[in-house]
Amino acid sequence: MRAFSRLVRTPYYVLTGGIALVFIFPLVWAGYASVAPQGGTAQTDGFGFGNYAKLLNYDAGLLAYLGNSALVALLTVVMTTLVSLLAGYAFARFTFIGKNVLFFLVLGILMVPSASLLIPLYVLLGSVGLANSLFGLSLVLTMYQLPFSIFMMRISFEAVPAELEESALVDGTNSFGALWYVLAPAVLPGIVTVALYAFLAAWNDFISPLILINDSDLAPLPLAIANLRQQAMGSIDYGVTEAGVVVLALPCVVLFLLLQRFYIRGFMSGALKG
Amino acid sequence: MSISRRRALLGWAYAAPAAAFVVLLFLVPLATVGQMSVSDWSLLGGNRGWNAPDNFTDLAADPLLWPSVGFTLFYTVLVGVIVLVLAMLLALLVQESTRWNSMLRTAVLVPSALGLASASLLFWGLYSPNIGPISPILQWLGVIHEPISFLGTPQAALWSTVFLIVWRFTGFYMLILMVGLQAIPVEVYEAARLDGASRWTTFWNVTLPLLRPSIALAVVLSVTGSLLAFDQFFILTKGGPDNSTVTIVQLIYRAAFQHFNLGVAAALSLLVLLALLVINVAQFRALRPKD
Repeated sequence: MRAFSRLVRTPYYVLTGGIALVFIFPLVWAGYASVAPQGGTAQTDGFGFGNYAKLLNYDAGLLAYLGNSALVALLTVVMTTLVSLLAGYAFARFTFIGKNVLFFLVLGILMVPSASLLIPLYVLLGSVGLANSLFGLSLVLTMYQLPFSIFMMRISFEAVPAELEESALVDGTNSFGALWYVLAPAVLPGIVTVALYAFLAAWNDFISPLILINDSDLAPLPLAIANLRQQAMGSIDYGVTEAGVVVLALPCVVLFLLLQRFYIRGFMSGALKG
Repeated sequence: MSISRRRALLGWAYAAPAAAFVVLLFLVPLATVGQMSVSDWSLLGGNRGWNAPDNFTDLAADPLLWPSVGFTLFYTVLVGVIVLVLAMLLALLVQESTRWNSMLRTAVLVPSALGLASASLLFWGLYSPNIGPISPILQWLGVIHEPISFLGTPQAALWSTVFLIVWRFTGFYMLILMVGLQAIPVEVYEAARLDGASRWTTFWNVTLPLLRPSIALAVVLSVTGSLLAFDQFFILTKGGPDNSTVTIVQLIYRAAFQHFNLGVAAALSLLVLLALLVINVAQFRALRPKD
């Protein structure tokens, strides 16, 4: 009986295993191509890190671009988390005039294509001295994250029993104290989810820096790697491009594998109210 | 001051940073895009005053406008159908939670952690005639005799891009549908089984209707994402060959940064915004649960 069920399941394993391979293959190949010997790249003899060495010294240098990306990601994660934590608390626990209008406007950001806002944002940021600014870019990326993040924090706060906060208030703590010491730990999974999505969005965004950052030394990594292809004289260096892809992908894949539970949580919230 | 008034002020204080973001980075730009669309506004010269409706007539005169609208719509339907059908099949395949299935889910989901730009750069190498592994593998297997040109013809460039998008997004939509599938109570399936319904009837008459909210979410996200497609075409095909894969958002970018005309770029931005609003409202109406 056991052998029979195994026989029936075999085509299933072959099919699904094949599917898994198709999805994993490009990632494995990128890693391989970045270290494999190949004519026309910085790695021509045997396996090695020639492409990475070249990337390290390209233009402003890999470290400068990594620094730009890290700064944008850090600012975006911090601002998104703080703003959505406070706003989620306000929407879940307080009644005030204009509350529904504000919530509706936040969700309205989803209805407006990001590309439509980038042209006026380019002009407006320029007029307040934030042209070519990584801080300005982070402000824009934070704004795009708000609908998802505030929604996520609101339902996280709503799931916490009101008694928890009330008992803290009775003990003489003010509402900020209650938020910081009692509620924030209770909504920590929501905070991690919001921070994870903000990081992935900021680290990976391409069109916003493409439009808002004109100084090539200030380019975040995706833009820098895309620029690199166009600067190569004559033949294109694919090896260094794939090395760049590996540097770009590695933090995302590692974070995804470590925090998969929180990543999936983001989908649950969407599906529940969707 | 009464307690409820104090609470209201406190609420506003906590919501204030979000309100500032909404006003300064959303509402003000929204008003600005309207103003720019009726102004003579160049990239370097700035605002030179009212010129309506010149930006819109310029736009209508662009020979690339209608081909790119047509291409974007065709691409949206193509990607929507392929990705959502695949995502649904995978969701049904992996919904039972076993160790093997959870590994499978992770494998299909990993690409969705990558940025679209990173994924496009990856596939740009994967499709290249220099280091791309696909043609050599197929030649070695004897399937083909000449290397494939993945980006050389309009047809090939389109399908190569569609494959990239399938790779990057199928897991994302699989997860949305799987969360929906798991929310359907087991009793419903048992009742259908007792009624003698076949697997197909059960799927068609029980699963699909109950999955409606998840499907609606997936359709709206997929359509919106495809209508605004940019990164994959900017990086992988550069709109080519022969401008055969230019999307609407690429036209906005070209108007602003290659023709230096922000007024025309804003006019097109405004039209895209309105079109998307109409399309999304129509989708929500068509897909909302029937009472």
